[in-house]
Amino acid sequence: MGVNPLGAAPQEVHQFSEEVGASDPVTVVGGKTQWNVGGAPDHSAREVTAPTGIWSHEPEEMTVRCGAGTTLLELSEQLARHSQMVPFDMAPNATVGGVLSVGRSGIRRLRYGHIRDLVLQIRHIDCNGKIVTSGGPTVKNVSGYDLCRLMVGSLGKLGCLAEVTLRCLPMPETTRWLTGNDDPFEIYARLYRPSSVLWNGEQVWVCLEGVSSDVEAEAALLDLTETEGPPQLPGDGRSSVQPKELRSLSADDTNWIAEIGVGIIHSDKPSKPQQVSKTNESLMRELERRLDPNGRLNPGRQVVPL
Amino acid sequence: MQISPDGNLLDDLRSVLGDRVRDGDFELGLYGKDGSVLEGRPSLVCLPVNTDEVRQIVKICREHDRPFLARGSGTGLAGGAVPVGDPVIIATAKMNQILEVDLENRIAWVEPGVLNLDLTKELTPQGFHFAPDPSSQQVCSIGGNVANNSGGPHCLAYGVTSAHVAAIEVVLPDGSVTLLGDLAAEPPGYDLRGLFVGSEGTMGVATKVAVRLTPNPPAVRTLLLDFPDVRDGAATVSAIIAAGLIPAALEMMDKRAIEIVEAFVNAGYPTEADAVLLVELDGLPGGVEHGVEVVRSVAERHQVGNIRVAADNEERELLWKGRKNAFGAVARIKPDYYLHDTVVPRGKLVEVLEKVYKIADAYDLIAVNVFHAGDGNLHPILAYDSDEKGVLERVHAAGRAIVTASIEAGGVLSGEHGIGLEKRDYMGMLFSAHDMATQDLVREAFDPEGFANPLKVLPSGSRCSDSFGQHVPDGAWV
Ligand SMILES: Cc1cc2nc3c(=O)[nH]c(=O)nc-3n(C[C@H](O)[C@H](O)[C@H](O)COP(=O)(O)OP(=O)(O)OC[C@H]3O[C@@H](n4cnc5c(N)ncnc54)[C@H](O)[C@@H]3O)c2cc1C
Repeated sequence: MGVNPLGAAPQEVHQFSEEVGASDPVTVVGGKTQWNVGGAPDHSAREVTAPTGIWSHEPEEMTVRCGAGTTLLELSEQLARHSQMVPFDMAPNATVGGVLSVGRSGIRRLRYGHIRDLVLQIRHIDCNGKIVTSGGPTVKNVSGYDLCRLMVGSLGKLGCLAEVTLRCLPMPETTRWLTGNDDPFEIYARLYRPSSVLWNGEQVWVCLEGVSSDVEAEAALLDLTETEGPPQLPGDGRSSVQPKELRSLSADDTNWIAEIGVGIIHSDKPSKPQQVSKTNESLMRELERRLDPNGRLNPGRQVVPL
Repeated sequence: MQISPDGNLLDDLRSVLGDRVRDGDFELGLYGKDGSVLEGRPSLVCLPVNTDEVRQIVKICREHDRPFLARGSGTGLAGGAVPVGDPVIIATAKMNQILEVDLENRIAWVEPGVLNLDLTKELTPQGFHFAPDPSSQQVCSIGGNVANNSGGPHCLAYGVTSAHVAAIEVVLPDGSVTLLGDLAAEPPGYDLRGLFVGSEGTMGVATKVAVRLTPNPPAVRTLLLDFPDVRDGAATVSAIIAAGLIPAALEMMDKRAIEIVEAFVNAGYPTEADAVLLVELDGLPGGVEHGVEVVRSVAERHQVGNIRVAADNEERELLWKGRKNAFGAVARIKPDYYLHDTVVPRGKLVEVLEKVYKIADAYDLIAVNVFHAGDGNLHPILAYDSDEKGVLERVHAAGRAIVTASIEAGGVLSGEHGIGLEKRDYMGMLFSAHDMATQDLVREAFDPEGFANPLKVLPSGSRCSDSFGQHVPDGAWV
């Protein structure tokens, strides 16, 4: 018997659970901004869309609860009214649920961490069309298994995200982007927690955030010039290495930009699928088999490379 | 009541570990307890020195149909390391090497038995630290931190353990060894690492951990604010966060806590105050000074008494000493204590604190509050004397009432100590039967037969495979 089991799920979530249903193959459509990650869903799958809307934003708690179909634009506009943000740094028409299902962080991960660490609670619709709640609405919580982290990056194959509660951060007083040709690794070592250091083999871009005096003092340590913002990222190609392995990159005929200190390389070449070990693959298949025995959730997409 | 371990199990384990298998009465008793008030009894205790030995122990356990239980320092407060179902204990105390500090990747590879503070001490000269800092950091292990997804005062700004673990080598319940997560930025597949962190030893044994290193802040300021009324202290907490400031730490102590701590450490805590806030700001100097001003002006709007700013590192350490020794200091009023760990929305702190005092009164117990106020993480301590007849029933009943009050206020069961044995039967207060069954499906993907730390986290009714008994054994509630 529950006294207040995480608050009742709103009507919209119940409607979405009916829409997802319990039998035929479904695929969840968000903003289609990262639609090709994990491969296209089967044509047979019926398209469903997650509910939209910001259902509660409590500025003093620094938490926001919204439908998974809410766009980043709507979310950031609401939060900006209270000088808050959720640093997803993805296309404004991407949806919260889509960004989390894909599980890729934005270019300020260096400072703000992986996007999965911003998730407090998730309600998803499982393969039986039932609502499952995991995590909790408070900013800190270790009650039960951490299904929220598992759902991030699961491409909707373990459940369709319906409602998400996120931790918000205060918007920095100042944000400055600088650029130049210095060594990106030296720059990273010299700064205290920069928000982003990007490098294409020749040119470096640095994002500094905080109160103005700190941003100025940090900028003064570098021989860089002010620029509008980050560079355009080349194409959809994305690969991941250990941060120190970025040193072996060099300017060549491909177009790439690397996230120093993180280990992401954006490029115009399609990314090669990475392998998982046999043991991990079998754990991952077990999860899929248990949570969606008939493979009806987002069929065709692959989280575990074949 | 104790089933003596069958001879073959002992022989088989000895053939791998020699005298690092313990079956003496004294040691079995010692490993029957952790930092909670619960107690059980293991069948045997093993002290492996490397991953391969852990793997062999798990294999032998399986051959003998015996569950196993990983144990770090035994400081857990939810009974996670208390043996039920006659398990073999795999204690990580002898796996305590820092294997590699990789500054270029800002990663350290450590064995699970490395103590939290030992790692930070090793890193300090190089300008880094391991951010999770449970108040038990002098004695708790990194393996335990990973298993419990532990927090600590500075997790307000830096996040809990999960955000600071890149990869974990694990001996799975079937005896295979694997690496969950990776040093590369985006490991392929589902986030098994994230799932393992916080799984309280029920998904296997962590044998190596790659933790992330955090650079030490260039500037730090520590403030002690006192309030004539605890309500103003709590309102200040909400108002600081609402002003857009996330301090590195924001801790609160109530009147009774101040009195006992001051008598214990003489840190100059104001004993006439109703509550104090210990606030730490860190980062670049401009942001820190700005933070100090925000805290000052918010506190002044909330009837603050004095604001003491630590003048130097020595004073800062003294102020923290008071906070970090609070639990030990409770022994000055009563020999035993029972500590709860719920989280409530910050805006409900006052309301729930008042309920905690009422509940303690109703059950004739003493409540002391020292807690991570910045994230609404309450730690009500119920002090008692176990020699008093029937006192434990009162302690448990009061504990349940506190958990209920927290959940009614929109909170959760545990902020950082975990569910373990102590709170597993409360899980139904927060989650539906279907939520818990789903969690169990996930656990089962790692351990279908329930060999790893059986009977923890999920109440027995929600599990599909409780092969080692149904209930907390009678003797467990000591
Ligand atoms: C005075 C005091 C203050 C505390 N303050 C805090 C605090 O501020 N924040 C906080 O979060 N906690 C706090 N704690 C709780 C406790 O210290 C933490 O939970 C700690 O992380 C437990 O570590 P341990 O090594 O003692 O683990 P143990 O108690 O030995 O084990 C805890 C759990 O981890 C599992 N486990 C241990 N090692 C492994 C491994 N290698 N692989 C798999 N599973 C493993 C065990 O099975 C068990 O379920 C405090 C405790 C005390 C006594």
